[in-house]
Amino acid sequence: MYEELNKLVPQVRRDILRMVHAVNSGHPGGSLGCVEYFVTLYKTILEVESNSNQNDMFILSNGHISPVYYSTLARSGYFDIKELDTFRKINSRLQGHPTNHDGLPGINISSGSLGQGVSVGLGIALSKKLNNDPSIVYVLTGDGELQEGQNWEAFMYASANKVDNIIVTVDCNGQQIDGSTDDVLNIGDLKQKFESFGWKVLEVEEGNSLDKIHEALTTAKENSKKGKPTVILMKTIMGNGVDFMMHTHKWHGVAPNDDQLKIALNQNPETLGDY
Amino acid sequence: MENYINHGDKDTRSGFGEGLTELGRSNENIVALCADLTGSLKMNEFAKENPERFFQTGIAEANMIGLAAGLATGGKIPYTGTFANFSTGRVYDQIRQSIAYSNKNVKICASHAGITLGEDGATHQILEDIGLMKMLPGMTVINTCDFNQTKSATIEISNYDGPVYLRFGRPKVANFTDVSKKFEIGKGLKLKVGSDVTIVATGHLVWEALKASENLSEKGINSEIINIHTIKPLDEEIILESVSKTGCLVSAEEHNIYGGLGESISRLLATKMPTPQEFVGTKDTFGESGTPKQLMDKYGLNSSSICESVINVLKRK
Repeated sequence: MYEELNKLVPQVRRDILRMVHAVNSGHPGGSLGCVEYFVTLYKTILEVESNSNQNDMFILSNGHISPVYYSTLARSGYFDIKELDTFRKINSRLQGHPTNHDGLPGINISSGSLGQGVSVGLGIALSKKLNNDPSIVYVLTGDGELQEGQNWEAFMYASANKVDNIIVTVDCNGQQIDGSTDDVLNIGDLKQKFESFGWKVLEVEEGNSLDKIHEALTTAKENSKKGKPTVILMKTIMGNGVDFMMHTHKWHGVAPNDDQLKIALNQNPETLGDY
Repeated sequence: MENYINHGDKDTRSGFGEGLTELGRSNENIVALCADLTGSLKMNEFAKENPERFFQTGIAEANMIGLAAGLATGGKIPYTGTFANFSTGRVYDQIRQSIAYSNKNVKICASHAGITLGEDGATHQILEDIGLMKMLPGMTVINTCDFNQTKSATIEISNYDGPVYLRFGRPKVANFTDVSKKFEIGKGLKLKVGSDVTIVATGHLVWEALKASENLSEKGINSEIINIHTIKPLDEEIILESVSKTGCLVSAEEHNIYGGLGESISRLLATKMPTPQEFVGTKDTFGESGTPKQLMDKYGLNSSSICESVINVLKRK
């Protein structure tokens, strides 16, 4: 399993870098930080069969990290990898922020305006319960995004109503556009906050380790349907895999120039073929 | 009132409640959500009969809209219920992104719309919601005029696949539309044929338009009355056909004249058939506390305002 994932990770990073470089816009930092989560989720966790209407579903709440989402979807067979070349360009299904509006396979809802994904995920989870559908809903949110109040409405709702077929992961990279989350608006002790909201909390210290993510998602899955919603607090490094992009918010929404791209790609050799 | 008899005052929100209850019995895909106003929205019966399909969200409208978008993603037909103010302005971005842009089959059902909410005052009396909702691409906007129409609209919108804003109100008003008539989204209703002036009304102003028509008859003015319940998509044909004959039009609505039905009509007329038009609606103002009747009178949302506007528009023909 890890042989495949280890090849996929640098390739997805290359896709991200090349996509944002091509249009000189987009969000490489958060995208790079979540590569390991995305490939683990799509390749080892999500149970999806084309003929089934009881599939696991994924909702990306922090839609600005669309490059990692698009690359993972394309490299999981949802659409041709060539389409990655249309990212953020006119007449594309790969909008700056993800949307189902233009029929891109694998996208269930539009996101980008922050704070809405957990509510949507809960709604899907409720529909699954009504349908006696045993599959699970996965949601990814940013940590800065938790400053949006709607999240806390959703967290309160989930535990009060025992919505236990949802696994929310928080990308705890500690950064947002204006600086570190501590400086912009300190979100405090998330573990305590979630526990006091009645959630089962799992912590992943190494959120860029395929092993650790897989372990956490597997544990979360085993814990599901036991009366409590589960959240994984996943500590990641923004810009992971490109040395000059790591540990800073500077690459949140800035694309590399030609020279920077070259250096970044050199750090991530082509493994499965560029799009 | 020729041909139109008030079968007894009833609130439009009870029409919604009855429609929802019937839907709950006939279609197991219908689910309902409410943000702590179950009694006000008359959703109790649905909730009682379908506890597993009713979601009490608490005072958390943003989450309610997201839950509804998710339930629709899972194949359900969600009906959300709260006051019009909290159904639109409070959650505009949630509706815009998670429902409209995402094309989710959610029915946003809004009670206590407009000034007739009454004594609670301007904080709760939204007069901007039609404008907000009609500006969203793909959003169907419906403002029903009485109990019967609200009930049939509630049922009928379940057969349409796409987001709908259904607007109704709090007070008991005349119940006069034909209960046997099937509700057709996007189809205006000609309530009275006339030749001198076209009056197009929506919501609570429809009954006022019928009353105005009687008063106008006494003055020898023969008015044509059209009920537009679907503001978007607008039934352009029925309006153009009417003004081609009458040559002038008065629009009437319980809404700001900015952004309401009147503006949709004037856009239509300006592009297809320039015609003098007068607007009955609130004039870019907030409301205030008072009884519905007092407020309708003070803010010019009644039959005499319609008559006045007719006299004015006739002079411009």
